[in-house]
Amino acid sequence: MANSTKKEAPLTLDIFTAGIWKENPVFVMMLGLCPVLAVTNSVENSLAMGLASIFVLVCSNALVSALRNFIPKQVRITTYIIIIATFVTLVDYIIQAISLDLYNKLGAFIQLIVVNCLILGRAEAFASKNSFTKSVISALGMGLGFTLALVMLGGVRELLGAGQLLGYQIFSLNFEPWVVMILPPGGFIVLGSWLLLINYFEQRKTGQLITQDSASHCTVSQPRS
Amino acid sequence: MADLDNEQNKVPPLPSSISLISTLGVVAMLSGFLVVLVYEYTKPIIAENQRLATERAIFKVLPKANSYLTFLIKEGAITQVDDTTKGELIYAGYDKNNNFVGLAVNAAEQGYQDIVKLLYGYQPETGCITGYDVLKSTETPGFGTKITTDKEFLANFSCLDAKVNQEQTGLINVIKTVRHGSKAKPWEIDAISGSTITSNAVGRMFNKSGQALHPIISKNLTLIQSAKQLKRGDHGQLN
Repeated sequence: MANSTKKEAPLTLDIFTAGIWKENPVFVMMLGLCPVLAVTNSVENSLAMGLASIFVLVCSNALVSALRNFIPKQVRITTYIIIIATFVTLVDYIIQAISLDLYNKLGAFIQLIVVNCLILGRAEAFASKNSFTKSVISALGMGLGFTLALVMLGGVRELLGAGQLLGYQIFSLNFEPWVVMILPPGGFIVLGSWLLLINYFEQRKTGQLITQDSASHCTVSQPRS
Repeated sequence: MADLDNEQNKVPPLPSSISLISTLGVVAMLSGFLVVLVYEYTKPIIAENQRLATERAIFKVLPKANSYLTFLIKEGAITQVDDTTKGELIYAGYDKNNNFVGLAVNAAEQGYQDIVKLLYGYQPETGCITGYDVLKSTETPGFGTKITTDKEFLANFSCLDAKVNQEQTGLINVIKTVRHGSKAKPWEIDAISGSTITSNAVGRMFNKSGQALHPIISKNLTLIQSAKQLKRGDHGQLN
């Protein structure tokens, strides 16, 4: 109840974009890594898992935010889990209705969205403290960021592991696929490589800023000496 | 910071049990309503998808078939049933003139990761297994999945010998997978080099299914062959 009386920060574009890159759930917060490693052996699977996660994330955050003033603190986690499990069950039926092939490919990982800590984490850390609109926008950003990370992993793994992208042959048929890339170790290798690359560029950017900063100090101090 | 500490130290009054239970009850009811709504809406669509998947697999293993009938094998007897029946099902394929063209039989066996499920084509008159379609497999990509792509392995099933013995108690020869390149008999399966566990699973499942079902099929062959001509209420018509 106290939450509603607190002054909320205004709705800004940053709420939406933070989840996509600056606070990306996979590359920055390292949340929900189980499906990230397990289902990203192709772009199709990555996209399907990403879209399913966006649906669950947006719907559960919306409902948690709408009911935040009515849910007693003592039963909030139980309530959030019920809400999340409901939407996961819905997405499970919907995927079966859309394509059985896709459902069989994703295996148990659709049901396992229930225990994806990204979803419960956002419900507890954001949706339960913010307005409906902000919660939905933030969830959409986080979901898109999660999907982006899944597709970035899936793209590299499918390209190197099968020479294809979205099922289309990219490399010539003489290309010998790196089978390890579509096996579980490939998930770790590609995730590690992306983290290395992203952190390298982040550090370089920070390094450049520091250099620029110290350089500007130098120019100011020169006339004095 | 001091305010925050005070806030943390303050123990909020515990709400009554009734309010906790009623909150959970309302949320659970809302959840149940949503689940039932979507379940009821998607149920016929999912059933139709499953029927189409089975139909696709049947026409793949019986390419000459134009329609099919479903039979249930129970306690050594065969009865015609509809697609929704649960149990040991076999599918008999018929051409445009309602002539019997072969059977599609389910088989399953533990592979490397999990159970591999196949639907295979069987010609009871010649005793040949003539190919299969993988219904479910989580085998290692690039290794166990070769059972669907390896041309040499698939060549084993142009006519794999699964003839029933004279007493109609089992197969004349035990179907088995042999080391790559050492196949000498028509009932042997030449394994895929590097995927021996999955290749062996395929051999075991054909032998298990053949020993158990082929004698029953053999005993009831006339019934299966003439079922289409006797009964015109066919389903599974290929459009």
